Amino acid sequence: MSEIQAHITMAADQQSVSPVQIPVKRICLYALLIALAIVFALPLYVMAANSLKPLEEIRNGNLMALPHAWTVEPWLSAWSTAQIGVQPTGLRPYFLNSFLIVVPAVLLSTLIGSLNGYILTQFRFRGSHVLFAAMLFSVFIPYQIVLIPMARTLGILGLAGTIKGLVLVHVVYGIGFTTLFFRNYYAAFPGELVRSARMDGAKFFGVLWRILLPNSAPIIVVTVIWQFTNIWNEFLFGASFSDFSSYPLTVALNNLVNSSTGVKEYNVHFAGAFIAAIPTLVVYLVSGKYFVRGLMAGSVKG
Amino acid sequence: MASLNIANVQKSFGPVKILHDISISLQDGEFLVLVGPSGCGKSTLMNIIAGLEEPSGGTLILEGRDITRVEPAERNISMVFQSYALYPNMTVARNIEFPLQMRKVPRNEREARVLAVSRMLQIEHLLERKPRQLSGGQRQRVAIGRALAREPKVYLFDEPLSNLDAQLRVDMRTEIKKLHQRLKATIVYVTHDQIEAMTLATRIAVMKGGILQQLGTPYEVYNRPANTFVAGFMGSPRMNLVKARLVHRDGVLALAFGSGDGAFHLDVPSELATLALERHVGREVISGIRAEAVSLAAQDMVAGPSQRFFEARVDVIEPTGADTLAVLDLAGSEFTVRLEPDVALQPGQRARFLVDLTKLVCFDAGSENLIA
Repeated sequence: MSEIQAHITMAADQQSVSPVQIPVKRICLYALLIALAIVFALPLYVMAANSLKPLEEIRNGNLMALPHAWTVEPWLSAWSTAQIGVQPTGLRPYFLNSFLIVVPAVLLSTLIGSLNGYILTQFRFRGSHVLFAAMLFSVFIPYQIVLIPMARTLGILGLAGTIKGLVLVHVVYGIGFTTLFFRNYYAAFPGELVRSARMDGAKFFGVLWRILLPNSAPIIVVTVIWQFTNIWNEFLFGASFSDFSSYPLTVALNNLVNSSTGVKEYNVHFAGAFIAAIPTLVVYLVSGKYFVRGLMAGSVKG
Repeated sequence: MASLNIANVQKSFGPVKILHDISISLQDGEFLVLVGPSGCGKSTLMNIIAGLEEPSGGTLILEGRDITRVEPAERNISMVFQSYALYPNMTVARNIEFPLQMRKVPRNEREARVLAVSRMLQIEHLLERKPRQLSGGQRQRVAIGRALAREPKVYLFDEPLSNLDAQLRVDMRTEIKKLHQRLKATIVYVTHDQIEAMTLATRIAVMKGGILQQLGTPYEVYNRPANTFVAGFMGSPRMNLVKARLVHRDGVLALAFGSGDGAFHLDVPSELATLALERHVGREVISGIRAEAVSLAAQDMVAGPSQRFFEARVDVIEPTGADTLAVLDLAGSEFTVRLEPDVALQPGQRARFLVDLTKLVCFDAGSENLIA
């Protein structure tokens, strides 16, 4: 009797155990993911909520509360009228500055990176490994070390305090990274494609332009995301090598938040910080999609 | 379509010699197959012909023009790569058009040639597809189409069938042969597959260790291999290479196999008893006999002038369907023979066999070169 009962209960256990265990795992997983998502999303929420409140609400209420009286006034102010340094211009001109710096710097450093990667992988020449090692080393040079030599160089070139100067700085500093990306990507690139193109009559730039670059979507996207976020968020070079007319957005934001006169308009500061973060978010969201697509396209053999 | 003269081509990387003094002269319309095990230098030689690698010495003459230092694109040679090397970002039509576009051929002529080539290879319906949407065989055709489009003087094929599955490989092999017959093109073809070499070539260059072992027609390479390496490499099953002593027996030249119990003699047919062979009397030689030279002897059979009987034990029976391979114990050495498909033999059984020695070859035991 008892044996039979034991069998029955065991069978029942086996039946019930498996459907229960999976949801438990799932629940733990989701709980963890949600908790982590909250940790990451909370600052964003605080910024968003407080940038849409009048200043009194921030002073009186708590930071976590949703706004009572919704207002876009802080955003408008941060964008066009807030005091940056001595000028009441808002972030708008500096937003434009950042674009004028980032776009050419990203394009140039990406192009040069792909050219370097092409040369380092497709042409066996004496010292190519040493050259690559040296470029790789530049990735590990901290910003602070290059400040003074760079300032001197910009001075000699007559580019000190200009947007062109900042583009140059970011291109030079970025080449190490972009070369590393493209070199590693092209090292795994099917060599027969390049040889075939050479036999078909493509010249040095023809191979790069018609064969390598059109098949580099994944690494181009990686490089562009990396360079765009880095240069957009960069502060030290921006603060060191620009003047009033060429401040990038990060420096302007710092000036907005740190202005020592008058009332601290936290809602405007939050709105300004949010404005500064939008382009990198957009780049990431838009190209992230292409990134996945590019990876899938690249997985097919030539 | 042209003659290609490869003269004393060498290649070394530092102290390592990849190619030793290769000289091959190709006539217009020849199909040369470079064959050999991996690392034999056949691909290096092909890359040198293509211009993708520079030789350390020697010259290449294409139709009277020295192309040794000419850029690959300027040589008028096109190549089909092992991986097909189709440009993944371009459609089939754009792939075929690419070499023409690079040569600044006018657009309407380009389009006409793409159409002509694709019609010939029956890939018209694929023109708008991307390479990733094609099967292996289709990619192969497109790669050939791209090589055809610019109408070069010489075609190079670098192991073009090695990425295809077995059935498709046989089909494409036939197709490449047909193509050669139709175009009368000069082709250099690299492979490690000796069957491909035998079926396709008008001449075969067998290579090993960067040295040209033999250059000859498929018939010569198969029946008169220059050395034991070529003998063992070409043909499946391999040629039987058995050590024997060359002796005079009752005034006739004979091969003496084994010693003691299993020892026996095979008289060398008189037309093969050349002076060169006579010089090896009393010495050990390596005799080469193809598997198909042997058949099972019937009771009342009479041997022809170059046929001999011998007895041996059967060790293994391997039916392949079309015929049955039997591994014999021939005076202590393994000896493979190709027999009728429905032969009634059991492993362990002793049987009498008839060997046709018309195509017997003997190699020097020391140098392993053909005695001729």
